[in-house]
Amino acid sequence: MLAPALAAPLTDTPGDPARGRAIVANRQVGLCLLCHSAPIPEERFQGDLAPSLAGAGSRNTADQLRERIIDSRKLNPQSIMPSYHRADGFSRVAPAQAGKTIFTAQQVEDVVAYLMTLK
Amino acid sequence: MSPATQAMQKDDTQNPAMLWVKDGEALWSKPAANGKSCASCHNDAPKSMKGIAATYPAFDTQSRRPIHLSERINLCRKNKQDASPLPPEHQDLLSMESYVALQSRGMSIAPHRDKRMSEFFTRGEKHYKQRIGQLDLSCAQCHDDNPGKRLAGTPIPQAHPTGYPIYRLEWQGMGSLQRRIRNCMSGVRAEPFAFNSTEMAELETYLASRAAGMAMDAPAVRP
Ligand code: HEC
Ligand code: HEC
Repeated sequence: MLAPALAAPLTDTPGDPARGRAIVANRQVGLCLLCHSAPIPEERFQGDLAPSLAGAGSRNTADQLRERIIDSRKLNPQSIMPSYHRADGFSRVAPAQAGKTIFTAQQVEDVVAYLMTLK
Repeated sequence: MSPATQAMQKDDTQNPAMLWVKDGEALWSKPAANGKSCASCHNDAPKSMKGIAATYPAFDTQSRRPIHLSERINLCRKNKQDASPLPPEHQDLLSMESYVALQSRGMSIAPHRDKRMSEFFTRGEKHYKQRIGQLDLSCAQCHDDNPGKRLAGTPIPQAHPTGYPIYRLEWQGMGSLQRRIRNCMSGVRAEPFAFNSTEMAELETYLASRAAGMAMDAPAVRP
């Protein structure tokens, strides 16, 4: 059997945009709003280190978004955006997070589904 | 920093850190069990300690590595006062450090241009540029590449160590530069350098050189 392409969905369960929105809004889980702004008006204090996520779903395909979230370093080795689904190649990771990815596969799918609603 | 925080720092009657300075001033002339106080050897701090904090971390000939001002204070406790060293972030230690740091206010950060320091500086620069933690970010990526931008609501400063120890509103108390750096390291989900480790002294040696010539404003107030 052929290995699935990197950007193919990671799970059989389709992503849930509502769960994805909650992940993006949460500063301990998604951390997205530390750097990005997004059309999530109830969250004040959004960052400006990165482009706004508004319109991300019209600028990108789902596969592109997935690739970006899994490992932004593949797209741009200098990127400051964390790699949300890569578990190796880090240094000095805190013991609590060692060997773990930031997102589970399902969380990646949920966030992709939410970003695809941002047209 | 917000105008309110700046005003708090500028006016010593409003700067909460001055409470620690007052304690430090009292501790300066308080004799240890062996009868010796800091003043027994150093007399008047405003004279003898003028500009000293601006030169730290400084090379220690015994351990052959750079040490923090707080480690220097502990060495004097141990070697001259026969007293036990105080643990990192102990209130008395922060008080004495604040009192000594105050004597460098307005003076330029002036790290020792000592040949023996250069390998520590070089390693400190490596630490500063090394991506660390699960978020895989280096100090440089925030503090050199993105100062002034907002990380969520917080403007990213340039990480100049001019004001330490600081009174931090979030801590509701005083803290050292080491504590501040450890916060940034846990923020990127890295295992922070241990207090008083050689790595921490290397990183601070690099920060001090990077800030050479900047005016000291310790003890400062931060949000
Ligand atoms: C520490 C900073 C940081 C964090 C945290 C972060 N990003 Fe990014 N992101 C960036 C930067 C910077 C870029 C611009 C491209 C680059 O430099 O790689 C970017 C680019 C993007 C892009 C492509 C831009 C576009 O709209 O076409 C998307 C989509 C994206 N990020 C989504 C996210 C999501 C979703 C999260 C949270 C799960 C997140 N980012 C967390 C810094 C960050
Ligand atoms: C993801 C971004 C980020 C990274 C990476 C980071 N910092 Fe920071 N740092 C900040 C922010 C934001 C503040 C200000 C926090 C506040 O005031 O609440 C700060 C504050 C500081 C300060 C205090 C400056 C002052 O004016 O008192 C120092 C020193 C510092 N950082 C050093 C470091 C070092 C050393 C590293 C690497 C080990 C590092 N930082 C990594 C974002 C970062």
